[in-house]
Amino acid sequence: MAYSEARRAAYQADLAGIREAGLFKEERIIHTAQSADVEVEFPAGESARPVINMCANNYLGLSSHPEVVKAAHAGLDARGYGLSSVRFICGTQDIHRELEHRISAFLETEDTILFGSCLDANAGVFEAVLTEQDIMIADRLVHASIVDGMRLSKAQQETYKHMDLEHLEEKLQESQDKRIRLIVTDGVFSMDGDIAELDKICDLADKYDALVFVDDSHATGFMGKRGKGTHEHCGVLGRIDILTTTLGKALGGASGGCVSGRREIVELCRQKARPYLFSNTVPPVITAAANRVIQILSETTERRDKLEENTLYWRRRLKEIGLDIREGSHPIVPVMLYNAKLAQEVARDMFAEGIFVVGFFFPVVAKGQARIRTQISAGHERHHLDKGLAAFEKVGKKHGILGMGKKEIVEKFGL
Amino acid sequence: MDEVEQKVLSFVKKEYLDEDDDTELDENSPLITSGIVDSFSMVSLKTFLERQYQIKIPDERASAEAFDTVAKIAAVVREIRGN
Ligand SMILES: Cc1ncc(COP(=O)(O)O)c(C=O)c1O
Repeated sequence: MAYSEARRAAYQADLAGIREAGLFKEERIIHTAQSADVEVEFPAGESARPVINMCANNYLGLSSHPEVVKAAHAGLDARGYGLSSVRFICGTQDIHRELEHRISAFLETEDTILFGSCLDANAGVFEAVLTEQDIMIADRLVHASIVDGMRLSKAQQETYKHMDLEHLEEKLQESQDKRIRLIVTDGVFSMDGDIAELDKICDLADKYDALVFVDDSHATGFMGKRGKGTHEHCGVLGRIDILTTTLGKALGGASGGCVSGRREIVELCRQKARPYLFSNTVPPVITAAANRVIQILSETTERRDKLEENTLYWRRRLKEIGLDIREGSHPIVPVMLYNAKLAQEVARDMFAEGIFVVGFFFPVVAKGQARIRTQISAGHERHHLDKGLAAFEKVGKKHGILGMGKKEIVEKFGL
Repeated sequence: MDEVEQKVLSFVKKEYLDEDDDTELDENSPLITSGIVDSFSMVSLKTFLERQYQIKIPDERASAEAFDTVAKIAAVVREIRGN
């Protein structure tokens, strides 16, 4: 037997190593639909209890919205469950083309191609449009799927310090001998809620004859006054050459992603991107519901406006309570705890108070940067936020961290 | 420290430490296992070496182990240059 006892033991040792390093991930099991109020079983085997969800990417509260669910049902009835085909054989329905057109119109781009996920979009696009004569210059904190996608391309890889545009400029100067320079960044960085300065990045791209790639997964649907994304927020609509994003967060949260941008680049992806060519089409039920989501967002900014209000309130009140949050304006609001053990303890105590949040620490974030990443949603009502704030105040008091900054927390708990 | 070590060390400081970062680095400080350089940002180090020394470092030589200290990096550079 090839999967011998020795092989099994070796894998078991790998797993034990992960546990010993404190990196073993336990899943929390939800017994309800995704929403602000969920019932969670944790640890596994415990009975599920009601908690307020403050760690979903459900920014617009559309994941279980009745209109979206209704559109999904209608799509299921009208176009069936599956297509059993990749797009280019017999997996393209009218609703897929409709969705690509709707997304292009919403993002104000030239064209759009759907992928099974944004991870797939990122995995496919660099290899499809760049060659060994080109260079990709990426922010060091871009999402893991971008790192993987860049590695699959033959173009040279370069990086610049997170959000350091002087450093980026140096790299652009050094690479003037390349055919294409592609600047690569997230619109919003998922661990910090940092917003890339796309206006300055586009200016640098103009100055040094470069293209711009933005992954806007944590922005599409709510950043900018009409919710189009970070490019709207920064006033650079029409200037992003390649924009990837996901349907798996604000836009209903099921799954699916896309590459949107210059017509020729999108067409090249249709012809060459491997995750597009060799993986099944997005199912009709998701496609139909996503069409409805984009339609809702094009008609009203009500949900993104509520999200903005909720975020302002949450950020202001957390600071008043005396917690050390990472400054910004995005609904990703990291409560900084620096020490990994403290972050885990605070997350556990918050859960006991009925608030579902998760601690993040190395290697997910840099060493000494442990935190609780809270995420605000338009699905939160004021009473949800107030309950979350009361819990943070109680737990913060228990650990004696209220009013403390980095220096004091590190002095008290170590790094 | 000879010249290669010095050049690489000063590049690492400029490239990977923030201006207000007072981490002390020498040629034997771990870079990757300490989290200063990660497997992604390491490509910038490789690009620098290739440009500076007009060499091509095969991917299998640019491993996290081989690049963990300035001294080890300098050894890889010298070996590939053939001196
Ligand atoms: C910035 C970013 N890009 C891409 C992805 C992957 O998106 P998807 O879930 O559609 O594969 C994520 C989600 O984790 C993300 O945060």
